[in-house]
Amino acid sequence: MKEAVHIGRNPSSKPDLEELVSRVALGDEDAFTGVYDAVAGSVLGVARAVLRDQAQSEEVAQEVLVEVWRTAPRFRPERGTAVNWILTLAHRRAVDRVRSVEAAAARDHQAALLERTPEFDEVTEQVEARLEREQVRRCLRTLTEIQRQAVTLAYYRGLTYSQVAEALTLPLGTAKTRLRDGLIRLRDCLGVTV
Amino acid sequence: MTGIVDLHRLTGAYALHALSEDELRTFERHLAGCEPCTQEAAELSATAARLGLAATVTPPAAMREQVLHCVSSVRQEAPGGRTAGRAGRASSRTRLLSRWALAACLAAAAALGGTTVWQHQRAEDALSQAHRAQRGTEEIAAVLAAPDARTRAAMLGGGATGTVVVSRARDKAVFVVSGMARPAEGKVYQLWFNDDGTMRSAGLMDPGRTDQAVLLQGGVDGASGVGVTVEPAGGSTEPTSAPVALLGFPA
Repeated sequence: MKEAVHIGRNPSSKPDLEELVSRVALGDEDAFTGVYDAVAGSVLGVARAVLRDQAQSEEVAQEVLVEVWRTAPRFRPERGTAVNWILTLAHRRAVDRVRSVEAAAARDHQAALLERTPEFDEVTEQVEARLEREQVRRCLRTLTEIQRQAVTLAYYRGLTYSQVAEALTLPLGTAKTRLRDGLIRLRDCLGVTV
Repeated sequence: MTGIVDLHRLTGAYALHALSEDELRTFERHLAGCEPCTQEAAELSATAARLGLAATVTPPAAMREQVLHCVSSVRQEAPGGRTAGRAGRASSRTRLLSRWALAACLAAAAALGGTTVWQHQRAEDALSQAHRAQRGTEEIAAVLAAPDARTRAAMLGGGATGTVVVSRARDKAVFVVSGMARPAEGKVYQLWFNDDGTMRSAGLMDPGRTDQAVLLQGGVDGASGVGVTVEPAGGSTEPTSAPVALLGFPA
């Protein structure tokens, strides 16, 4: 039995997020307030998952949200939804931050990687976010154990695929493949279309 | 040499931001000419965004106030992403200045409770002047743009605001001041790294300007903050007066 839950557009993006972003692109600060309210919790959630430090997560989330304001005139709806654009930016910034901090700290590598066990337990009051979490949790269970670990280490902990390979003691090529086939399986289960 | 088949397999790592900088560049060149890869990369990026949505938390109310307060001080990019005229240089500087204005605004909003409007325009002007004067501007830019750059702002008295930006990865710090009174004739402001109470000279400020961005001389090297004193022209080897400003580096 197929577990796909097709919801077309993203459930957590308000129906008018694209419209709000197009108004932000014209310098509309009220529309930006709407964008903020729709995505700030997700942007902060991504930063917190990767950085695991409240102060740094808030800093990165704020930078991302203001960058949304700044670069909204360049947003191209034909390339994907607004929420994808914003969360991709958030993940990129969080990953950049965690990598630069790690490079500076030069900690014991393997220990640092293994200590990063992804958790999935943050609290939110938004109903649609809880539904989203349930769907993702259910679909992650359709992945093999290695796929699931590889994808969650890369996304929620910001590991590169070579760090993933190191943490899970996989050959590099296998790590690449597991990230790809894991995401493909997740895509099909979640019914993601572009 | 990485083969084409191998590049195809990088769509997952790409969507998860799990490639090294070099591989990212190689893969993006490949994407430009590979329609199926572009489609798959877009789908997998959208799938990764769902992992992000699942991590949604409730943001603190103060964060909302700060962001909404600061957006009004940050200029938007032009549609199409290119400012008229000299595209490359000008737009990267615009990006840097915007990023700078934002960092300063957020730091000020956090430190000063949002009651004082950060004089971002003057800070931007100070940075533009630094660009024109070519005084360590490449290094200043590198510190401000460093992914690990942390910012702290404070009121310095007399209506001046100071902001310190530190990048531990680069081991450098920048001090930006706005509205600082000129020192008395024959005096100069000197910057110091605070090494647990011992002051280590970090260079002099330009006595002729009230707004400026200065790269601190020497490495941060574990210093806990930055101090400013008034010294005789030419500077001193150790402080001869009480600091007019003392800022701790952000943790």
